[in-house]
Amino acid sequence: MDIDTIVQVLDSSIRLSTPLLLACLAGLFSERAGIFDIGLEGKMLISAFFSAAITFTTGNVWIGLLAGIAASLALSLIHGLASITFRGNQLISGVALNFLASGLTVLIAQSWFKQGGRTPTIPEEQRFQEITLPFADALRDVPLLGPIYSDLISGNSALAYIAFLMVPITWFVLFRTRFGLRLRAVGEAPDAVDTAGVSVIGLRYAAVMICGVLCGIAGAYLATSLQAGFVKEMTAGRGYIALAALIFAKWRPWYALMACLLFGFLQAVALRFQNIDLGGVVIPVQMMEALPYILTVVILAGFVGKAIPPRAGGEPYVKER
Amino acid sequence: MDKMPAWADAVLVPLISILLAAAISALVILAIGENPVEAFRIMVKEALSTSRGIGYTLYYATNFIFTGLAVAVAFHARMFNIGGEGQAMMGGLGVALVCLYVPWPHWTLALFGAAAISALFGAAWAYIPAYLQAKRGSHIVITTIMFNFIAFSLLNYILVNVLRPQGSMDPATAKFPEATFLPTFQSMFSTADTVMFRNAPANVTFFVALAACVAVYFLIWRTRLGYEIRAFGHSETGAKYAGISPVKITIVSMLISGGLAGMMALNTTMGEAERLVLNATEGAGFIGIAVALMGRSHPVGILLAALLFGFMYQGGSELAFWTNIPQQLIIVIQALVILFTGALDNMVRMPLEKLFLSIRKGDA
Repeated sequence: MDIDTIVQVLDSSIRLSTPLLLACLAGLFSERAGIFDIGLEGKMLISAFFSAAITFTTGNVWIGLLAGIAASLALSLIHGLASITFRGNQLISGVALNFLASGLTVLIAQSWFKQGGRTPTIPEEQRFQEITLPFADALRDVPLLGPIYSDLISGNSALAYIAFLMVPITWFVLFRTRFGLRLRAVGEAPDAVDTAGVSVIGLRYAAVMICGVLCGIAGAYLATSLQAGFVKEMTAGRGYIALAALIFAKWRPWYALMACLLFGFLQAVALRFQNIDLGGVVIPVQMMEALPYILTVVILAGFVGKAIPPRAGGEPYVKER
Repeated sequence: MDKMPAWADAVLVPLISILLAAAISALVILAIGENPVEAFRIMVKEALSTSRGIGYTLYYATNFIFTGLAVAVAFHARMFNIGGEGQAMMGGLGVALVCLYVPWPHWTLALFGAAAISALFGAAWAYIPAYLQAKRGSHIVITTIMFNFIAFSLLNYILVNVLRPQGSMDPATAKFPEATFLPTFQSMFSTADTVMFRNAPANVTFFVALAACVAVYFLIWRTRLGYEIRAFGHSETGAKYAGISPVKITIVSMLISGGLAGMMALNTTMGEAERLVLNATEGAGFIGIAVALMGRSHPVGILLAALLFGFMYQGGSELAFWTNIPQQLIIVIQALVILFTGALDNMVRMPLEKLFLSIRKGDA
């Protein structure tokens, strides 16, 4: 295997990690505030559709991005209503929203574009463009570091840079601001936050909405950057892989980056090589596909370091009387 | 004092939830420029007015009874088994293995054998998440989701690399031997003069599903184990004080749940396709969630909800054929049913409780 192949696989790992990372950080905000969200998949999917549809009709990818975020926020709002206001089961609400997105996207796409539940292909120039960082071309010939800088770090779409910037931002917001402290507290001991006179409901809605925005960016990335348009079920389980990455990362931002890069790498490898021959032992492609899930179960089982979710996760908060 | 009479809790709340879901679905149909009344008429005509349509409706309903019961048994122990899909895939694998490699003399024996093995495979697939929940505290919802994906990859691998006949391209097993073919409704109910249920896939498994409803009723409300499951679901600490082992109940109820989900494969794999295909489950494991919620985890309710969803599936696929409404409408309805009966339950319940309280005050 030569250096070009390795760089190609790594480059595709970064592309595939980006939506996982955005969705994973989205889930991080929500779950840290005590709201389980298995609806990441649905929010990404509905955003993918609306961002593609609006980008195609307006010709402006940024308006498309906003439309995707708005659609994702609408699902977040339902999730908030169900799980915060009406104290319903957060997991069931997430399941319902995933189905809602899966059905509605095809239904609307079919009646809008009449192309069998997909949007038309978005022309190349209307999609998110690859951003070439300074000196990327000049440094290409430097051995080893050249390709890494010009092919891996440079040449990604704006949304990818946003995704990776979100890691330090998430860390800073959650662990260095008052809002972050309260948000984490509301996921561990909401009664304490309430006693301190801070609104549990407000904080939780804020977290759920942040989650919606990030899932919206993730969906727009899929449909207007990674691919050129929406196709049915295009999220292909990424929301669940992001959920897996979140657990793998034990609900921490920097670990989330590592987990998403790892899972993105696994996807890239599965995409590039079908079956991998490791000196006689053939690893089938299905094994690579299943590996994120298997690793997550192993982590959940607590055999390799224990993943402990936020204590009040999944529990609706009832004010004491 | 109860806030609401029992009948309102058991009938009125789900009924209003379903009406809300139906109303929003009608709005969705309107929004995409179709006529909801006409759509409903086509659904009724295609799913209920001919014996063939009914045969399809009952075929789908059979799947949903199994997966609905599976979710319900776990619900009684206050666990959410989203893994029905994966458990049913594994059940299908079990069915395929016994049908292909055991020389069954007659379909009755094959049915018993396949029922046992499908339940065993489904239960085995539920065992690991159950064990991890009981012993290691891993969240059952997350592990069962992960196990759905793992099941899909595993089944994909086995079908492509092991069970696929030589020269065949699609990831599926060979056709099962004829001795394992289950009698369809057509062969059971047609007379010499009139053919009933022509070419409909409904088969004898429907009666197995009915038997499963009865069995689950007796298990949950008439046995010691069922009592323990309900007690555990009601209050874990209370159950512990009463000497009920949480580990045992968690694992046993998930095994039963997984077994029921696995038995769904009898219908799809042995009854209909007569070979194992990759997407045999077709999301029925997830519909079980809607069915169990709507049926309030009671076998009678589950039977009714499964019939309703069977009707919607058959009607919905015909709808795609006759109108411009894609089949995905059913997924939207399913989502709304889950949302209203499962997550937004309180939105319906709270105003109703207030209403009943004010009526009582008026009486007093």
